[in-house]
Amino acid sequence: MSTLKGTTMTTAVTARDRGAGLSTASLLVAKRAVLTFLRTPQLIIVGTVQLVGFLVTFRYVFGGAFGDYKGLAYVDFAVPGFIAAGVPFTLIGTAVVMAEDLHTGFIDRLRSLPSPSAAVLTGRVLADTVVLAWSLAVATLVGFAIGFRLHGSVLQGLAAFGLCLLFGLAFSWVFILLGLVARNGQAAQGLSLLVFPVTFGSSAYVPIDGMPGWLRAFAENQPVTWMANAVRALTLGDKAVPVLGHGAGYFVVRALIWSVAIMIVFFGLAVAVFRRG
Amino acid sequence: MTEPTIEAHGLVKRFGRTAALDGLDLEVAAGQVVAILGPNGAGKTTFVRSVATLVRLDAGTLRVAGHDVRRESRAVRRAIGLAGQFASVEPAMTGRQNLELVGRLYGQRARTAKASATSVLADFGLTDVGDRLVRTYSGGMRRKLDLGASMVSAPRLLLLDEPTTGLDPRARLDLWDSIEGLVTRGTDVLLTTQYLDEAERLAGYIVIIDRGRAVASGTPAELKRRVGGNVLEVHVRDVADLPAAAAALARAGHEPQVDRATRRVSAGAGDDRAVQALVEGLRTVEEAGVALADIGVRQPSLDEVFLALTGHSAGTDGEGDEPAADPGDAEGSVSESTGPEGPADGAGTRNGTTR
Repeated sequence: MSTLKGTTMTTAVTARDRGAGLSTASLLVAKRAVLTFLRTPQLIIVGTVQLVGFLVTFRYVFGGAFGDYKGLAYVDFAVPGFIAAGVPFTLIGTAVVMAEDLHTGFIDRLRSLPSPSAAVLTGRVLADTVVLAWSLAVATLVGFAIGFRLHGSVLQGLAAFGLCLLFGLAFSWVFILLGLVARNGQAAQGLSLLVFPVTFGSSAYVPIDGMPGWLRAFAENQPVTWMANAVRALTLGDKAVPVLGHGAGYFVVRALIWSVAIMIVFFGLAVAVFRRG
Repeated sequence: MTEPTIEAHGLVKRFGRTAALDGLDLEVAAGQVVAILGPNGAGKTTFVRSVATLVRLDAGTLRVAGHDVRRESRAVRRAIGLAGQFASVEPAMTGRQNLELVGRLYGQRARTAKASATSVLADFGLTDVGDRLVRTYSGGMRRKLDLGASMVSAPRLLLLDEPTTGLDPRARLDLWDSIEGLVTRGTDVLLTTQYLDEAERLAGYIVIIDRGRAVASGTPAELKRRVGGNVLEVHVRDVADLPAAAAALARAGHEPQVDRATRRVSAGAGDDRAVQALVEGLRTVEEAGVALADIGVRQPSLDEVFLALTGHSAGTDGEGDEPAADPGDAEGSVSESTGPEGPADGAGTRNGTTR
């Protein structure tokens, strides 16, 4: 009993009046999210195995039937697209965790503390970036192992990787919103199935030339196509123009515009829903 | 410290068309343990979340520890600790890490947060498991850790939203002890519950809320008095005798209530003539030829208090803890709406209450 009294005194004196600042609080929230990822075998092991499995399947199952595309081996076509499309797939977990945190009251607990409530969201985005970097790094290594090669410079390759992390910033807000709206893990998982039409109906895995008109119209006008092409163009270097019709800059600019637009819209919506309480 | 811990005036919070809070007025003096008692959907959780600055109210004013929840939310947050309906702790972290996280977010420096985590673990008997991942904890241990997390900042007011829902009876008693321990150290507590025994055991003051409004408040004894004294309870051996027992009591001037599930008939027995009521009741029932299993005079339960004050039962989990009214037999019973009311209110644990 006396120990608690002692602590009470100390905390009262040393605690800052306003709670942790936004940056400290974001780091604390992010640390928790990353720890959850690392210590949950379903997330880290199953997620990684799934990623590798898909990549190998695409490379050897579909790649065999596909052949070359305008002189480009399928593995060099598919791996960059796969990595770009892997961004939304990886972040499905964000929607599920957000929904569960809301349901279990974890978010209420964080918001009832004097530190800024915004840290719940900024910390999540920070953690997403870390988790994404890990997943994409694994996918990249596996990509090289199954025969993918850079045609551009190493610098362009790194730029492609960085670009994927930027897409991640945009998609984080999309999945945060889905999680906040869904309010429970299963519903969030269900809503996240939207990832399938958006990734498969894009240039991520196959060229869109071969798609029927209606699907092609969709694929040509949605962000994942631009993101996949931007990453692909960066890895192709000088080959980008003959294969894709334009240089890397053309695709990167459009992919960035999409990313910023998605970020602004979904950031606004997520914050509005979050504040509603 | 003389100002009220909570001052709520005309609180309104709507979710779509339903009003979770519908003009709630409530004042809680400092130095008290107050229980908010009500069925699912009464607005308990919305009220606690409002006090915790988590709800944007549509109308009314709410001051906690002298600060307005809207304009001075940070000051309110410094004064409170919150433990919700579920154990809001991270299973993939250790107990100690969970407590340190809360301490750091509260604004404690790393070293202070470590020290408070250690002392909270000790206070709640979790020192041995403090460095184990929470996912290995039992439900009761998680709730204790959750309670501990809300105490890391040594709050002036502790908010507990249905702290023992879903716990087995032993873990529940254990958690009650922990809560009582905090109370003896001088923490004010506002807790919500649908368990009458919990409210009676922990709180010195009970506020009954129903459909977003406070319908009655007082000490457990005061509330019991309001229902009109003692209760004569007749427990019959054969369920077929229930109507006969009820009819006999009705003829003797009582207003009997029949609970078929437990084979009991109960009736008000006045304030001061308990023995006389017992003797007369016994004679009345025996003359009707009913075989008794038991008969007695007791204090009214809070469930009966709730029934008398709101017109419907408090128990809504459908677990049979409310008297199932039998309108055919129980003439003049106050609980005619009990049957249909219970299940309707009790659908889902968080429906309507929380958002």
